[in-house]
Amino acid sequence: MITIKNLHANIDGKEILRGLNLTVKAGEVHAIMGPNGAGKSTLASVLAGRDEYVITEGEVEFQGLDLLSLSTEDRAREGLFLAFQYPVEIPGVSNVNFLRTAINEIRAYKGQESLSAKDFMSLVREKSALVELDSKLASRSVNEGFSGGEKKRNEIFQMAMLAPKLAILDETDSGLDIDALRIVAKGVNQLKSPDNAAIVITHYQRLLDYIVPDFVHVLYKGQIVKTGGKELALELEEKGYDWIKEAHPTV
Amino acid sequence: MANYTEENLAHELENQEYKFGFVTPIDADTIPIGLSEDVIRLISSKKEEPLWLLEHRLHAYNVWKTMEEPNWAHVKYKKPDFQSIAYYSAPKQSKKYESWDDVDPEMKATMAKLGISMEEQQRLTGVAVDFVMDSVSVATSFKEKLGELGIIFCSFSEAVQNHPDLVRKYMGTVVPTTDNFYAALNNAVFTDGSFCYIPKGVRCPMELSTYFRINAGGTGQFERTLVVADEGSYVSYLEGCTAPQRDENQLHAAVVELIALDNAEIKYSTVQNWYPGDKNGLGGIFNFVTKRGICHTNSKISWTQVETGSAVTWKYPSCILKGDHSIGEFYSVAVTNNYQQADTGTKMIHLGKNTKSTIISKGISAGKSQNSYRGLVQIHKSAKNARNFSQCDSLLMSSECGAHTFPYIECKNSTAKIEHEATTSKIGEDQLFYCKQRGIGEEKAIGLIVNGYCKEVLNQLPMEFAVEAQKLLTISLEGSVG
Ligand SMILES: Nc1ncnc2c1ncn2[C@@H]1O[C@H](COP(=O)(O)OP(=O)(O)O)[C@@H](O)[C@H]1O
Ligand SMILES: [Mg+2]
Repeated sequence: MITIKNLHANIDGKEILRGLNLTVKAGEVHAIMGPNGAGKSTLASVLAGRDEYVITEGEVEFQGLDLLSLSTEDRAREGLFLAFQYPVEIPGVSNVNFLRTAINEIRAYKGQESLSAKDFMSLVREKSALVELDSKLASRSVNEGFSGGEKKRNEIFQMAMLAPKLAILDETDSGLDIDALRIVAKGVNQLKSPDNAAIVITHYQRLLDYIVPDFVHVLYKGQIVKTGGKELALELEEKGYDWIKEAHPTV
Repeated sequence: MANYTEENLAHELENQEYKFGFVTPIDADTIPIGLSEDVIRLISSKKEEPLWLLEHRLHAYNVWKTMEEPNWAHVKYKKPDFQSIAYYSAPKQSKKYESWDDVDPEMKATMAKLGISMEEQQRLTGVAVDFVMDSVSVATSFKEKLGELGIIFCSFSEAVQNHPDLVRKYMGTVVPTTDNFYAALNNAVFTDGSFCYIPKGVRCPMELSTYFRINAGGTGQFERTLVVADEGSYVSYLEGCTAPQRDENQLHAAVVELIALDNAEIKYSTVQNWYPGDKNGLGGIFNFVTKRGICHTNSKISWTQVETGSAVTWKYPSCILKGDHSIGEFYSVAVTNNYQQADTGTKMIHLGKNTKSTIISKGISAGKSQNSYRGLVQIHKSAKNARNFSQCDSLLMSSECGAHTFPYIECKNSTAKIEHEATTSKIGEDQLFYCKQRGIGEEKAIGLIVNGYCKEVLNQLPMEFAVEAQKLLTISLEGSVG
């Protein structure tokens, strides 16, 4: 699905990613954990194509494509989805119009016809039920005046609507109560198939009770410094990150 | 209010260029260039006008000669040479149009290109349309149906011929003949326009609409619109404008007067899309327009404008809130791109008690353009408990454009409540990135964000116009982020 090799990225001259390697195969779920400021969101942004970041070294192959040479929108159209840690508000633009535009842009890219209003609306109904999103939210302006939890749920709703190949969830679980967490997990699990993959960035192992990862990685100072199975998440929860920091003082 | 969503915009906005830039090969009866008393007499005689109107014109002309072009607006342009303009150009056709069938096929084709095929309009939308090409009003549909209700909707020239008392009674009562340089010029040389009268207690059952079109080169367009809503009546009036693409600057100096008598309501919407000039600022329309309405007791005038065209715009649709409890509203979106310049806003003059005004202005500047909001809220001594709310937002799309606000407030009554809010923002990188991450390309993303930004204003437009306006906004801003 995606292979990241020796990725280095700067922002404002400050190196954040420092030789990061990661391979995710189709059908897998990977969790990325790590202390604040480790570079988790940076990794997500760089993969999605945010242009404030300067990539100085490395390569990323996504489904046989050179990901870094694609525009942000083409990466999305090829099936890369990012659930934002801080979803953005777009006043005056309804959620449904936003998504309809997105879906039709993606379809046009693939040479498919636009989705009819009827098919689109039935998709909205199906997916909003899945993430238990109030149908009123679907017709409100994108994220405007949404609570923190509603914004996160809206990200999962969008993910369900767009059915990406690779979903990257950046701390989607932060600030969610247990019910919301369950719903987010349901959305991700629903998407899971032998053809898809997910990278779940999280601070807490509790999400991983619902979304069972195949691998857990620790990101620290811009590198993956440790990889294990689900039990690594439990160990991190118990011991914190100090033992990781001590083991990698020079990274 | 028709309920529309931005969804209609979702479909392809194929054409980035100014799609109304064509010229219709119609024979025109154009008089030689230049301005003099003789020219004015010629215009007046061609229009077979009564003597009072000729005298009105000559008076305006003589005052105009002593006036100077205003230069307080935040715009720079080469002053037009008033002696090199042809002041009258009419599509050549000797007889007047009795019915739609008489209209020149080329003219019909033009209307079709403008997306206003009359047949379709008649059949589908129930919008009554008056079409003013160059100086002359071509066709007014639905006249009979409106006639049954006593509504008069016709070209200004016809009104002069058929309803001279009404015209004489109201013309110049809101915008005095010599109000300003361009208004005076208009009074001297205006050639046609629209007239509308809604009788007492009548609610006009359809949108009345006029499309203005400049076709001939080397001409100016000077039209007049006069809308009178008698006591307790209601009308919604729409105005659309386009012009061919030319290297020269063409002058458009219109006067619009609205009169809302007691308990009446006028809603006046404009989508102004005159040719803006090319990417380098060559050509385009100079749009110098005086629009003003007067509200009598308990009446309401609401101006909504979407301004995307013209090289230079100078325009302040205003309300004189003369009657107690009257209401004035101004909703505006002004978009400038490339080298366009707009200085636009409103004046709300509060004279009556408990008068209320609302101003919502959204300026969007891109390229190297300059976009100014200029507004005056004036509360007179007599205006007890007057209220005003103004909100002026500017959105910058590039680092080379300019956005300016000049809000003036003059308050002579301490019971007034005046609120003013203003914001300036740059189009959000975060919003753009968010859209792109969902697969939406840059142009579409800008269209979405900008339309969302203007929603409060677009929501005021009747449905047919709202959809058109959204497309226009997107087209006008193509290639604009930088
Ligand atoms: N726009 C920015 N400008 C400067 N520094 C930034 C910017 N964004 C992130 N950083 C820095 O990059 C580092 C990694 O941030 P981030 O990727 O958000 O970490 P995480 O998501 O792991 O908490 C932090 O030290 C942060 O301060
Ligand atoms: Mg983060």
